[in-house]
Amino acid sequence: MTQDVDAIVKEALAAFAGIDDAAGLERAKARYLGRSGALTQLLKGLGKLSATERPAFGSRVNSAKEKLEAALAEQRGRIESRALEANLRQEALDVTLPGRGLAVGGLHPVTRTMERIEALFRSLGFDVADGPEIETDYYNFTALNQPENHPARSMHDTFYLADGRHLLRTHTSPIQIRYLERHRPPVKIIAPGRVYRHDYDATHSPMFHQVEGLWLDVHITFADLKGVLIEFLRKFFERDDLKVRFRPSFFPFTEPSAEIDMSFGDGWLEMGGAGMVHPNVLKNVGIDSEKFQGFAFGLGPDRLTMLRYGVNDLRLFFENDLRFLKQFN
Amino acid sequence: MKFSESWLRTFVNPPLAARELADALSMGGLDVEGIEPDRDDWIFTTKPTPNRGDCLSIAGIAREVAAVTGTPLNPTEVKPVRTALTDRLSVTLEAPQACPRYCGRILRGVNAGAGTPEWMARRLTASGIRPVSALVDITNYVMLELGQPLHAFDAAKLKGGIRVRYAKAGEQLTLLNGETPKLGKGFLVIADESKAVALAGVMGGLDTSVTGKTRDVFLESAFFSPEAIAGKTRLLNFASDSSYRFERGVDFAGTLAALERATQLTIEICGGAAGPVTEARAALPPREPVRLRLARVERLLGIKLDGIQVSDILRRLRFEFSVVEGAFRVTPPSHRFDIAIEEDLIEELARIHGYDRIPATLPVASPTLLPLREGKRDIAAIRRLLVARDYQEIVSYSFVDAAWEADLAANTEPVALANPIASQMGVMRSTLAVGLVQCLVQNLSRKQDRARLFEVGRCFMTEASGDYRQPLRIGGLSYGDARHEQWGLKGRPGDFFDIKGDVEALLAPVTGEFRPAGHPGLHPGRSARIVIGGVDAGWIGELHPRWQRKYDLPLAPVLFELDYEAVSERGLPAYKETSKFPPVRRDIAIIVDAGIGYRELLEGLRRHQPAIVVEITLFDIYRGTGVEEGKKSLAFRVLLQDTRKTLTDAEVESAVSHLRQVLQQQFNAKLR
Repeated sequence: MTQDVDAIVKEALAAFAGIDDAAGLERAKARYLGRSGALTQLLKGLGKLSATERPAFGSRVNSAKEKLEAALAEQRGRIESRALEANLRQEALDVTLPGRGLAVGGLHPVTRTMERIEALFRSLGFDVADGPEIETDYYNFTALNQPENHPARSMHDTFYLADGRHLLRTHTSPIQIRYLERHRPPVKIIAPGRVYRHDYDATHSPMFHQVEGLWLDVHITFADLKGVLIEFLRKFFERDDLKVRFRPSFFPFTEPSAEIDMSFGDGWLEMGGAGMVHPNVLKNVGIDSEKFQGFAFGLGPDRLTMLRYGVNDLRLFFENDLRFLKQFN
Repeated sequence: MKFSESWLRTFVNPPLAARELADALSMGGLDVEGIEPDRDDWIFTTKPTPNRGDCLSIAGIAREVAAVTGTPLNPTEVKPVRTALTDRLSVTLEAPQACPRYCGRILRGVNAGAGTPEWMARRLTASGIRPVSALVDITNYVMLELGQPLHAFDAAKLKGGIRVRYAKAGEQLTLLNGETPKLGKGFLVIADESKAVALAGVMGGLDTSVTGKTRDVFLESAFFSPEAIAGKTRLLNFASDSSYRFERGVDFAGTLAALERATQLTIEICGGAAGPVTEARAALPPREPVRLRLARVERLLGIKLDGIQVSDILRRLRFEFSVVEGAFRVTPPSHRFDIAIEEDLIEELARIHGYDRIPATLPVASPTLLPLREGKRDIAAIRRLLVARDYQEIVSYSFVDAAWEADLAANTEPVALANPIASQMGVMRSTLAVGLVQCLVQNLSRKQDRARLFEVGRCFMTEASGDYRQPLRIGGLSYGDARHEQWGLKGRPGDFFDIKGDVEALLAPVTGEFRPAGHPGLHPGRSARIVIGGVDAGWIGELHPRWQRKYDLPLAPVLFELDYEAVSERGLPAYKETSKFPPVRRDIAIIVDAGIGYRELLEGLRRHQPAIVVEITLFDIYRGTGVEEGKKSLAFRVLLQDTRKTLTDAEVESAVSHLRQVLQQQFNAKLR
């Protein structure tokens, strides 16, 4: 009978291992462990054994039962995990497909530059100011020390309105005057915006952008002007090896005045104008130039954008070809 | 100004190669735009700033070179010519402020047909002036050499003495360029006893000009004040080398020397004999001394210059000075018209010392934090929100075609430019829609079939007072499918409500009111005014089919425009206690007349809603099969909640049936 137990266990284990569905496994279980299963039948023959043989045989059958139960559990687990795997395989997605929904647009390249300029100067404590684009002669010229018939006015080809009294601002400098009419030094502002000049060719657009800067306080010097603008240009282009030079120039609203040139290594590029605020400008807004002084500058965001991204034609910024604009998204 | 290097070197000869010389001049403040080789010479092109009229001659540039490089100037004194005649013309200064110095003389027996010498012709050509005839070339040559514009009259054509006076109203004069402008009272003229013969400081008259037959010449060298000449050629709409110099300031101490130089050259080249110089003089421009303090120099520039350095620079610039009470008193020379205040002198010091030698420093400032207004939406945040919702920013011209303004804004009186660059850029836009639709049209022609665009910019309108309103606005346009073509979503044309969703997202947490309203550019049944807190904040709508057809658009774009000021306030969040008790949901489905607006229904409900109703949301709307023609079916979700207790069924039922009653009584709604 002992041999019977071993044979049944052997046979049962082989049978279980060959089954790969849960129902089949339960049927096989019944064949060996069920009420009329092989092991159960053996146990029924227990009565035929002597009292001394019974315990040993009983324990053998019980251990065989445990063995089979364990094998069953293991096989059940195997079947379940195979089913799960098959399921998972079936549920698998092509994760390389594009996502669904709304795409993302983009900012105009010059806006990128303007925001960068604002962020850099904000980190130095500059606030952002704004002003109208239709201006009066007073704010655009006279208050900036450029009286009527001043030869410097011919530097600006001005758009005039049909009303004969107004013009389109030729620079962002009028914002200096408007701001200083309402604020006293210390003043630290930048003023970005659109400006207009009657000029249209490969390198000129009748509308373009400018950023005005103004820092007035008690001890702001020409050396500080150099320091701030060099620092700005190097941070803007993220290049410490950038060369910057200041050339004497003339603007009616600054004295001394300077032209700012920049170089990546070969040749100089004009980046904008700057200078110490002219005492007449301060006088026009009621500020004592013996007490307060400082610098102003004007930068061209369009040009900065061209250099930053390698754009070779200014006019592209205003043609709004989506194929061009999307390159900056 | 263009000139040959060799000519300059006869005045000053620094030990620098042409390129180095050009750099030195540029870094000193006289911008050399370029130099080009010309046989064994170089042609320099300089672009003096408007304050430096003194750099519009070889002698003046030489003076600048001497100052910048510290090289001595060669002496170039002009010796007076021996006079062989006694003939002279009287000169009367009737406008002594405008013309305080006038020198003239008669030369007789000149050969007007004499050839211009090769060396002179070459220098003139190098300077971009075409040689014409010896007499004219000589006046041009001296102007280039010394900066003094001159004029040669045919003396035989002058009647009597010279008078420098203002033109009479309506007086006319035919000029050398053939134009006959009507002169107003602001124009200064040179006249003889009978009539005006030259437009002072601008151009000579045709009748009295020298010709090939001229034998006797009256040569004029005068000083006209910058104020008298400035702006005149702009009024006349032509340029002249002479007025260009006078309006920037000509050296009033050099009037006579230039006349002598021209006389000398005339006799050398054309022969003839000279009469004595007639000179009329009035009060010349004053040269007030300007105080210059070393402390001020340091405070403005941020570097210390000592007295020796400052004196050295002033000497190089040929500025006279003395030291009074510890400060310099500097008298600007007669050729400089740009030194009026201390800062002007400080700039001179800085540029001769060298801008490069001023260090770059960062100011030490007391740190303050910038204001950060949380309740105000900044324009950058609005831009980013639109970008995140698939809008591409554009920048279009602020001036547009008047026809587009008329179409899209019914604006028949736009803000017009007096001098537009082109007629299709003749008026200022009153709406961003023009640029957006134009941009769409252009991009469709480039084979794009979907576009979502926005622009941030000012618009321009005239107010009743005649002033201009220039609000900053945000405009958007969406054309084509709601989303870009993709595998996972069925393509569907974008419509009013897609874009309305974008606008609502932009306004959130503020909710705007969308009131049905007409707009000249938009479909009358598919457009709305957007009102926030009772204030007009903008509009939204589908392009009017009329314009869709006119601009040849296959589909109708939906546009919106918002006023930045009106949408920028968003307030701060304010905490309210959330209820711990569960909300109850009930749905109400009704059928009403199709003409009743959603907003009308919602407001009707809200006015009568019991306190425990916390939210009413429309979740379905249907017209068609099963719903009677002219009617629509709506389904609302109602959320009810109490902050203090769990609601009983009776309370819920009573509240919902109250709402149903409102719908039945006010809107004749049928319950479903």
